[in-house]
Amino acid sequence: MIAVKDYSNYRDVVVAAVADLAESHEDVVFLDADLSSCIGSTAFQKRFPERFTNCGIAEANMAAMAGGMASVGLTPFIHSFGCFASRRDYDQLFISVGYTGQVVHVIGSDPGITAQYNGGTHMPFEDIALFRQIPSFNIIEPSDGESLARLVPQLYAAGKSSYIRTPRKGINVRYTPDDEIMLGKAITLTEGDDIAIVATGCVMVDTALEATAALKDKGISARVIDLHTIRPFDAATIEKAAHETGHVIVCENGRRAGGVGELVAGHLAQTCPVKMDFLCVEDRYGEVGPLSYLKESFGFTAPVLVDKALKLLSK
Amino acid sequence: MLDASTLQMLKKEALDARIKTIECISSFGSGHIGGSMSIMETLVYLYYVEMRIRPEEPDWEERDRLVLSKGHAGPALYAVLAKKGFFPLEWLGTLNKGGTKLPSHVDMTKTPGVDFTAGSLGQGISAAVGIALAQRIRGFKDSWTYAIVGDGESQEGEVWEAAEVAGAQKLDNLIAFTDLNKQQLDGYTDDIIPMYHLKERYETFGFDAYEVDGHDFNQVADAIASAKSVKGKPHMIILNTVKSFGYIPGEGVKGNHSMSINEETRKSAIDALVDREGGR
Repeated sequence: MIAVKDYSNYRDVVVAAVADLAESHEDVVFLDADLSSCIGSTAFQKRFPERFTNCGIAEANMAAMAGGMASVGLTPFIHSFGCFASRRDYDQLFISVGYTGQVVHVIGSDPGITAQYNGGTHMPFEDIALFRQIPSFNIIEPSDGESLARLVPQLYAAGKSSYIRTPRKGINVRYTPDDEIMLGKAITLTEGDDIAIVATGCVMVDTALEATAALKDKGISARVIDLHTIRPFDAATIEKAAHETGHVIVCENGRRAGGVGELVAGHLAQTCPVKMDFLCVEDRYGEVGPLSYLKESFGFTAPVLVDKALKLLSK
Repeated sequence: MLDASTLQMLKKEALDARIKTIECISSFGSGHIGGSMSIMETLVYLYYVEMRIRPEEPDWEERDRLVLSKGHAGPALYAVLAKKGFFPLEWLGTLNKGGTKLPSHVDMTKTPGVDFTAGSLGQGISAAVGIALAQRIRGFKDSWTYAIVGDGESQEGEVWEAAEVAGAQKLDNLIAFTDLNKQQLDGYTDDIIPMYHLKERYETFGFDAYEVDGHDFNQVADAIASAKSVKGKPHMIILNTVKSFGYIPGEGVKGNHSMSINEETRKSAIDALVDREGGR
């Protein structure tokens, strides 16, 4: 297991985690689509040159190739920006990986507003919804470096394809090597009985924690849940939170249609209907700018979340 | 050049596989007869002479693999696989029926001997490039990957993405074919997207390329033998074929991509084919 404290970027963590896995599993190979210097998969290439292939700017072919390679007993990890890793190769992932029963792990970097200066053309808000439609894919969006490093080998061990939604730049330090981090098991970060805030990914978990501190000043106790795994879905933790608080807000750095919020709402509608709201992107495209500007522009801020919580609690 | 007895055996097996393909499609009532019949010589030659396969162990890792990228030609592959013993001949009568193991488009999760799923055109050749690369990474030095792509299918941009990578990676264990039968679902390729100069196109992508009569066993065999002797390049063999060749009611007919075959047409078509071939 890699020591996450040695890394200062998500991209270095995810590549190091895959390379660490490759050390003990000869079947692990890495494919990139001319973004190896962006994600740092060159580090994998240095250690395992014969197990790395740069497929060029041709994501669809890369995805179907990966399906073919998996059918010969290899386990490909493939990377592109999340927008291309979901939209440009979708039919290939659906048919040549999903439908064929092959196992391929897809790293989609720069999700949602973390695409920042690459702007609207590169800003995937729909990738979660797209991968939710491929029945055999696990989906994760870790909120810190430690959980990212720990979940990668668990995805491999699960023996199913996966989508790994991670920023490239910066890193959050939330968990320690001693914390329990399990694929499919959401982590309760703060205890609270008035309202549950279910957040996915580093941007939203940060916003949720900030809002929780502000709510505490108002005498409201919020339970923040880091839903790092979207599939398999941790129904038990979410149901318990809904049952015990009666109010749930789901926060995701993605579009509402088909996203995490609708996943949670759809589940609770059947098991424990409660008052709900969502912090997410509505019917809107991305735009260019620094993260601070984009957070304001899309309303991914603590004041917006606090306002939503207060309104929900007063209903 | 094939010896006389091998050539005679291949012709006999191809005639029988064509009859079984017509029967298979007629058992359902309709299907992709045109593109199935045009690749029969290539399939029969590969499975009867060229490929290292174990019908009793279809998942043998070091086998040669074939990706039928033009996945709608499933019935032709099913006839050959059944004849080779991958599954019982009786299955050929179950095409497209509920719960069948023989769907219209080839499916590796359903049919023993089908090495990769295809049907969404363009993807099979990409998968074949991945398979050839994986054989190299895993050190399967005697393993070959074969792929059959349609000429209409080659309108998909993905085919050329796959060709780029095959050329760049110098995948000399990949022998691909293009079934140049000049017709696609809506009509003649010349009237829709002309598929000119395919041999030259592949050569510019770094391929060792050939163009042969796809209904002449000797030409197909010679091209494969030549391909296997050329190192450092992937191989493309353009098969000049007639769509629906051997299903005579479909030969030269527009709209022969998928045709209805009832009891009466099945019988008369098989009789006419056997007659043209000089008997069974």
